[in-house]
Amino acid sequence: MTTTAMIASEGRAATHAAAPPGGGRRLSIGRAVAWVYIAGFLLVTIFPFYWIVRTALSNNFALSTDPASMLPVGFSLGAFERVFGLTSQAEALAQGGSGASLDIPLFVRNSVIYSGLLTFLVVTCSTFAAYAFARLQWPGRNLVFSILLAGLMVPGILMLLPNFVLINDLGLVNTFTGLMLPGALFSAFNIFFLRQFMLGLSREVEEAALIDGAGPLKLMFRITLPMMSGPLTTLSVLTFIGTWNDYFWPLLVANDPQVRPLTLALGVFQQASPQTQPDFAGLMAATLVAAVPMLLLFVIFGKRIVNSIGFSGIK
Amino acid sequence: MKPIVTDHRRLLIPTDGTALGRKVKGDSMSIMVRPRPGGRERAYRRAKLRNPSHRNDWRLALLLIAPAVVGFAVFAVYPTVRGVYLSFTDFQVLSPPKWTGLDNIRTLLDDDMFWHSLRVTLYFVVLSVVFGLLISLITAVVLHRLTKSTVVRGLVILPFLISGVVAALVWQWMLDPQLGIVNVLIESVTGKPIKFLGSQEWAIPSIALISVWKSMGYSTILIVAGLQTIPGEVYEAGRLDGASEFQMFRRLTVPLLRPIMAMVVVLTVISSFQVFDIVQVTTKGGPADASNVLQMYIYDKAFNQFDFGYAATMSLSLFVMLIVITFIQLRLLRANESDTN
Repeated sequence: MTTTAMIASEGRAATHAAAPPGGGRRLSIGRAVAWVYIAGFLLVTIFPFYWIVRTALSNNFALSTDPASMLPVGFSLGAFERVFGLTSQAEALAQGGSGASLDIPLFVRNSVIYSGLLTFLVVTCSTFAAYAFARLQWPGRNLVFSILLAGLMVPGILMLLPNFVLINDLGLVNTFTGLMLPGALFSAFNIFFLRQFMLGLSREVEEAALIDGAGPLKLMFRITLPMMSGPLTTLSVLTFIGTWNDYFWPLLVANDPQVRPLTLALGVFQQASPQTQPDFAGLMAATLVAAVPMLLLFVIFGKRIVNSIGFSGIK
Repeated sequence: MKPIVTDHRRLLIPTDGTALGRKVKGDSMSIMVRPRPGGRERAYRRAKLRNPSHRNDWRLALLLIAPAVVGFAVFAVYPTVRGVYLSFTDFQVLSPPKWTGLDNIRTLLDDDMFWHSLRVTLYFVVLSVVFGLLISLITAVVLHRLTKSTVVRGLVILPFLISGVVAALVWQWMLDPQLGIVNVLIESVTGKPIKFLGSQEWAIPSIALISVWKSMGYSTILIVAGLQTIPGEVYEAGRLDGASEFQMFRRLTVPLLRPIMAMVVVLTVISSFQVFDIVQVTTKGGPADASNVLQMYIYDKAFNQFDFGYAATMSLSLFVMLIVITFIQLRLLRANESDTN
């Protein structure tokens, strides 16, 4: 069975390899143009990231002397020191900063708690539900699944205000519980994604375990879930990134810096920057700090994320 | 997930909900391909239902789906219903809502700012959907034919992984009228800078630029995934028949790609209608309401003017518009069928 599946999949890979029409060597000029286009596209994609780094390492006053310089102008780590609050108010102002700083450790902690816990909870709840939908037999299963899927149809905006009112009524504004609760239990997408993967798993191993007398719960934890480790990782990374980057919901419920996640804190930090002569070096340093965790996840899981898009995007 | 900003994850959903019986490259090598459920499969399932080992499944199932169902009921169904109810009330958060019937709807019809916001939003949607899709489609076709490199594809989706706030901040800096690198370049060519985010005529195009930059890579990879499902034989046949490159693109690629394009269009439209973080960080709706998009206006009504009832009415109208637009798009694009079947 395994061999057949592997051969089948390799057969498909072979057709794919032949897929790009118009052999390469024949149209070498066309290919050159195409490469130039892709290079241009990548340049536009990546340049802003470089520009963040370049500006963050510059001296804010020197920036205006040579705005087109590709390298940091008046190389300085002052911007980072300002953002981390390592310089005194007077020093920060002297360097062109606003005097505002980001309490990075606090906001990173908040983001890790918020995104980490929410991801753990919603992926766990979704895994349980997906298992019930993919592997257990019970009346009304398909009906309940369709109803839950309808949750994908309603855009966030309609639920946002009432959810805020609800969290407010419960007295959970400015708490991690309030931040997480609306998203911690249910995600139509996650359930759908995991169910699809579980349906694709071979049942043979499970049946063998069943014959050996394993109960359904043991089956789930010992057999099915270990086979799901790949998709579970992908989904967790996607959920974590989505939550980390979320801005609107924290904006509504996290006014208190004690629970404010980094993404929102960055927005608040920008508002504190003087409008007449902004501290661009400081802003970019803060931006870089806020983006680094996602960039790290990207380096580690980028391939997995790309593949998951390939997987779930196609029918 | 939480009720907001789930659009990118929604983008991952197959259009028709068919089972994905395919092995994923790089993801858990142990997964095997399951045949499509056929007659034998169904018989097997029926046998399984009678199987005594499954008789008590429903108890466990109830336990397993309980958290999700509770979350769905409390944080999706209830707020939706409540949102619809609040739309017909005068509600200032501190005192309980008062039923006012159609008053809010009348206000909405006479609210010039609402219609202005709607126009601004539509302008933004058109710009980001047209340019976003055009760039993504071209890039996807080129990328698909040039390279299978995961590194290149990874770099392409990089902007999708950072927050809208980060994207907005870096572009605000690059578009700065005095020191921004984009304006330095423009000034060296034309002699005068463009006040991108600070001028009424450029505010929305600038926000659309940021939004397109952030999402184009992701749409590209989605379309590449769609292109990979087109079997190479189709092109072989086309070439044997003497079709030119352009003809093959026009007559083969475009029609075969229709389902995935429909999905990308629909989801880009839905997420563009709800643009918020980029606007909030860069222009806050200004200058002179030139970029006061609908979601911005709703936020302002609810959280600065505490008019929750009216904000809910506008949310509801946005929701209704999205449903109608999505429905029309799916009909026009015949999303569920490619031209082969």
